[in-house]
Amino acid sequence: MDEIAIRVEDLGKQYRIGVTPERYRTLRDNLVQAAAAPFQALRSGRDPNGSIWALQGVSFEVRKGQVLGVIGRNGAGKSTLLKILSRVTEPSAGYAEIHGRVGSLLEVGTGFHPELTGRENIYLNGAILGMRRAEIETKFDEIVAFADVEKFIDTPVKRYSSGMYLRLAFAVAAHLEPEILVVDEVLAVGDAEFQRKCLGKMSDVAEQGRTVLFVSHNMSAILRLTDEAILLDKGRLVLRAPTAQAVDYYMAAGFSQVGERTWDADEVPAEAAPFRPLAIRVCDAGNRVMDTVRSTDPFTVAVEYQLDAPITGLRVGIYLMTMRGEYVFTSFDTDDPEQYERFGTRPAGRYLSECTIPADFLNEGRYVLGLNASAFRVKRFFQDEHALAFTVDAAGAPGMHWPEARPGPVRPQLYWRIGVR
Amino acid sequence: MAQTSLAQNPREEVIILRPSRGWGALNLGDLWKYRELIYFLTWRDLKVRYKQTALGAAWAILQPVLSMVVFTIFFGGLLNVSSDNVPYPIFSYTALLPWGVFSKALTDAGRSLVTNRAMITKVYFPRLVIPLSSVLGGVVDFLFAFVVLLGMMWYFQIVPTASVWMLPLLLLLALISALGVGLWLSALNVIYRDIGYIIPFLTQLWFYITPIVYSSSEVPEKWRLVYALNPMTGVVEGFRWALLNTGTAPGPMVAVSAVIAVLILVSGMFYFRRMERTFADMV
Repeated sequence: MDEIAIRVEDLGKQYRIGVTPERYRTLRDNLVQAAAAPFQALRSGRDPNGSIWALQGVSFEVRKGQVLGVIGRNGAGKSTLLKILSRVTEPSAGYAEIHGRVGSLLEVGTGFHPELTGRENIYLNGAILGMRRAEIETKFDEIVAFADVEKFIDTPVKRYSSGMYLRLAFAVAAHLEPEILVVDEVLAVGDAEFQRKCLGKMSDVAEQGRTVLFVSHNMSAILRLTDEAILLDKGRLVLRAPTAQAVDYYMAAGFSQVGERTWDADEVPAEAAPFRPLAIRVCDAGNRVMDTVRSTDPFTVAVEYQLDAPITGLRVGIYLMTMRGEYVFTSFDTDDPEQYERFGTRPAGRYLSECTIPADFLNEGRYVLGLNASAFRVKRFFQDEHALAFTVDAAGAPGMHWPEARPGPVRPQLYWRIGVR
Repeated sequence: MAQTSLAQNPREEVIILRPSRGWGALNLGDLWKYRELIYFLTWRDLKVRYKQTALGAAWAILQPVLSMVVFTIFFGGLLNVSSDNVPYPIFSYTALLPWGVFSKALTDAGRSLVTNRAMITKVYFPRLVIPLSSVLGGVVDFLFAFVVLLGMMWYFQIVPTASVWMLPLLLLLALISALGVGLWLSALNVIYRDIGYIIPFLTQLWFYITPIVYSSSEVPEKWRLVYALNPMTGVVEGFRWALLNTGTAPGPMVAVSAVIAVLILVSGMFYFRRMERTFADMV
């Protein structure tokens, strides 16, 4: 079984900056650009806008029957790699060789139409994923049973619960039987029960001896399903190792150092005395310092500071802002009146003020933490509105089955009742 | 183990992915492999259209019929436009049928890549499937509207000529033209969203340069072949000739139209294939 299923050599993908953020050009832009191009070309050679390599110089091989995990932070190039291997987009450099039929699950429910019934969508989605009609027909009952939607199979899917919708969408995809399966973060959607079901199906697929390439932020899923993993960072392959080792490396070394900001003595202005900030950190639920936290897990913001003399009425707090500078909230460690009385005067010493940000609260995106230490109407000791930035990953958050950006800095899990009147 | 799996898979598919440059091959075999998807997407568009609209399939009939009524009152009645000795209602309706297929196919195909962008960025399939299936959807509407035409022919006591067998070929010519133009527009629409605004305007202009409310016999003889550079000229005049027996066979005009239509289609396919590789990154 040492045949090669996937061979990737020096693979690279270049995106022109401006293509991705602007999404599309207008004719006018192009005319303007064309008129300006000769001059720009004289000045700076080709491609004046520059470009980024989302993936660069990546080489690896996957044997038949192997289940390979792909891990890395957001923007590391994982999705780009999967898009190339599933032929959605072309590489800009290098080459890849794929032996066998590829099924890709970059998203569940691609092409589902809300007006069509469950039955109709199974056929449509199956055809989009590359199944033949005869193949869909033989698997039809199995798909319906897996999705547990027998009663609603002739109801338009727009009337389905999100759980039913997801189950059906995943069921179709899961019954695709390619020789090589490429799976992106599809398991990040849905409730715990659904995720368990998906993981179970994935391990079945893996046991059947298929070749699987599996991308996830869910380290426990990666550990459970794969024996070996590759780690991508900034578009490059950093490590290929047995999964446990790769996950450890990813969690510990180099990759999570950013979720912390420290202050040296000479960085703190003299007016701050006797308050002296030492560090501010973002820690995940497992108390590891992280640049990226999951929106579905609680995380803590810890402020470490030194008081060189006692301060009366001190409050140490944080501002949370979006990258665009909108405030999300401000909170102080003595907001609670009891706490305020208890710490009326803080003696000199070293302190740690920690606050827990609850799960299911922040939306995905990058946020900025500001630090404030003051005594109300007496003195502001220290303020840094841009002390630290961190990223919130919304995998598993409410509404993630619609792959769209949600406006607003918070993404709470709210209870909805839907009734018919 | 390797032996048995090899035996089950005598012809294993090997796909090589590498950057491509310049003009590529059309790779129509791949399109054939995905013929079921073409069918399903066409079926989806029809089903959704008929489910979502109150009048459903009646729209396929109402549009040409209402247009015919208005044209008959204003062009046939008030302006007294010549209609090759055929009653004006049926003269214009016969032209409105292929025109309807063409304009709908062109509009739908032109927008198809952008409206299906979710699929394009997530799954591989030959991208040609998308504009192709949106063109085919119009044929069903055509068939509904055609039933009305048969009724009108019975009412006006018009017997189709022996050349009626040409109709499917003429319909094919209309589809080829629409697909050809649709391929150009859809690929351009991915890059320049201006195309979305150009399409309605383009079909409106195209309507007037096609002999629908008037006859091509109004065009001076020496200009007719130039006039037939618009592939829809040949289609419309061919329809009238085969069904209503209007004058001489428009053979040369149909021939010119067919050549142009094929040229547009082939160039459109090559352009589409060339642009195809950037669709997922740009759409």
